[in-house]
Amino acid sequence: MMVKVKQSFEVKDCALAAIATGKHAENLKELRNIIVTIQPSSLYYHFWGQLLRPRFDDPEYNNDFAIWARHALHDGILAERLGMLDPVEFPDLEDLRRELVDIIEEHLDDSEIVPWCHTDQQYHFITSQIVVFNTNKTIERPRELVKAVPSMTRSSVFYHFIDARRRTFGNMDDFSAWLYGFNNRYVDLCNLLSTVDPFFSTLSELRQQLTDLFTGYFGE
Amino acid sequence: MTGILERYSEIVGWDVIDQLHQLAATLKGIKVVHVNSTRRGGGVAEILAKLVPLKQELGIDAKWEVIEGNEEFYTCTKNFHNALQGNKVTIPDSLLRIYEETVASNTAALETTLTGADIVFIHDPQPLPLLKLLPERKGKWIWRCHIDVSRPYRPVWKYIRSLVEGYDASIFSLSAFAQPLPHTEYLISPSIDPLSEKNIELDAGEVQEIISGFGIDQGRPIMLQVSRFDRFKDPVGVIQAFRLTKKFVPNLQLVLAGGEATDDPESTAVLKEVRLASNNDNDIHILLLPADAHRKINALQRSADIVMQKSTREGFGLTVTEAMWKGKPVIGGDTGGIRIQVVNHHTGFLVKAPEGAALRARYLLFHRNRLKEMGEKAKQFVLDNFLLTRHLREYLTVMVSLLHGRGERITLE
Repeated sequence: MMVKVKQSFEVKDCALAAIATGKHAENLKELRNIIVTIQPSSLYYHFWGQLLRPRFDDPEYNNDFAIWARHALHDGILAERLGMLDPVEFPDLEDLRRELVDIIEEHLDDSEIVPWCHTDQQYHFITSQIVVFNTNKTIERPRELVKAVPSMTRSSVFYHFIDARRRTFGNMDDFSAWLYGFNNRYVDLCNLLSTVDPFFSTLSELRQQLTDLFTGYFGE
Repeated sequence: MTGILERYSEIVGWDVIDQLHQLAATLKGIKVVHVNSTRRGGGVAEILAKLVPLKQELGIDAKWEVIEGNEEFYTCTKNFHNALQGNKVTIPDSLLRIYEETVASNTAALETTLTGADIVFIHDPQPLPLLKLLPERKGKWIWRCHIDVSRPYRPVWKYIRSLVEGYDASIFSLSAFAQPLPHTEYLISPSIDPLSEKNIELDAGEVQEIISGFGIDQGRPIMLQVSRFDRFKDPVGVIQAFRLTKKFVPNLQLVLAGGEATDDPESTAVLKEVRLASNNDNDIHILLLPADAHRKINALQRSADIVMQKSTREGFGLTVTEAMWKGKPVIGGDTGGIRIQVVNHHTGFLVKAPEGAALRARYLLFHRNRLKEMGEKAKQFVLDNFLLTRHLREYLTVMVSLLHGRGERITLE
């Protein structure tokens, strides 16, 4: 069956505006209480936003809660538990929030004192606004991904491969959503894409992984 | 493309510049005005001198206006500055009246520009009362606070807050600086300009000439701290760290470079303590440099083997950024913005005491490969995160955010 001509893939880019929420915690119980009520966009920022803001490319932990547990509370066990949280497994931020609260409550239950920090190491809850804009670049055929992906900015990779999971039906990345439109011709490629875990890579590494994957698939 | 952005593209890459153009496309033609109180001297003027032309090059109708005042006005605003940073400064009502009257006297000259602007950025406390003096304004007004207001002196903050509350938004440098206010508080980290005199590449000959001019021997290892003579920067602690390190590296020299002590009594007292602590050691160079000695600071940072910023309290610490940009790992106090920049064991070391600083200095001086490797990581970290182009992108993002509503997501077509 002939493939119906698909819409071209519009390459977009994004930028985050970080916004203070005014909420901060000095101990683990306060942290837990704020997490229960904080807006989902703040959770999103503290798990995913770190990819788009100043950070070192080889962080010890991949989310802000684990980093705070280690460096402000000096609680290595909690840091390791929180550090294992992979938001990819929780497409719904409410599920992620529940898991986060469970880990903290379990730790509080096991603690004789409430872990606390110095006042200059408070946990500051931040939220963000994402601004999406056009790059005026389009991809007409899947094969063009081989050359297009390496020239995408890191934030563009973030938008299409990570942020997409909050926007698309089935919580998939934009490349897969586009490729599925070609009458199942690229299902195997979509399956390969689904094996890429974006959370434990930097955006530069992720861009390279995707480049390698598309290059390997299209044999170029 | 021609102009300043092209020069930045040689450092940050075309993709970063393209991104600025794409983001600015929807802001083309809007009128933006920045207002501060000086055109020369100080970090804010340095940033505006570059940011405004860059915005213009991106098609934004950007202007930079300056308010003027007399000595009493600046005494009052200096007191604001100190109080917002936590010093217990009492400001008499008479000085506050002079402050308000001075800003009012600037209003007529600025009225047309400011009331017609789509976005007005008011930098620091000096021009704050302009908002209330111009009720016919049409655009969004933002207070850009460059000061560490994490623990302000409350009576003064209460007064400043009454002026800030009417703004549409404010911008702070770190989340720890944000204060409870009835509007959106954006967070934008400071940056350095890689093309400024302080950060531009220098040839080895010029570095050698400047260093020799200070009587420093470039053939021997150099430990450097660039900062004001301020107790929070712990210059005496640096001398202690130097002495502890020198036991193992006998030919080590220390350079403490800071601004001249002028009318700041505390700075004079600290400088006296530093001189006392140095005990006329010929290997300790205490340099008092004028505010515009950017190239000299640049040369000192490039010639240093070990860069310290052993602060016990620090806002952001742009001297850390500057040193890292020159490929130097930094041994910094475990505080404030230094924590964001110095990734322990990767781009430098975080320390709490002179002993810790000495331990790390000794380690780096005996592991030159590691020093080089950490320096390279430090430079890359600044390239990715703390250059002016990132700062500009975040300003553009905030402008889009202000003009397109408060939703979690803004999609520009």
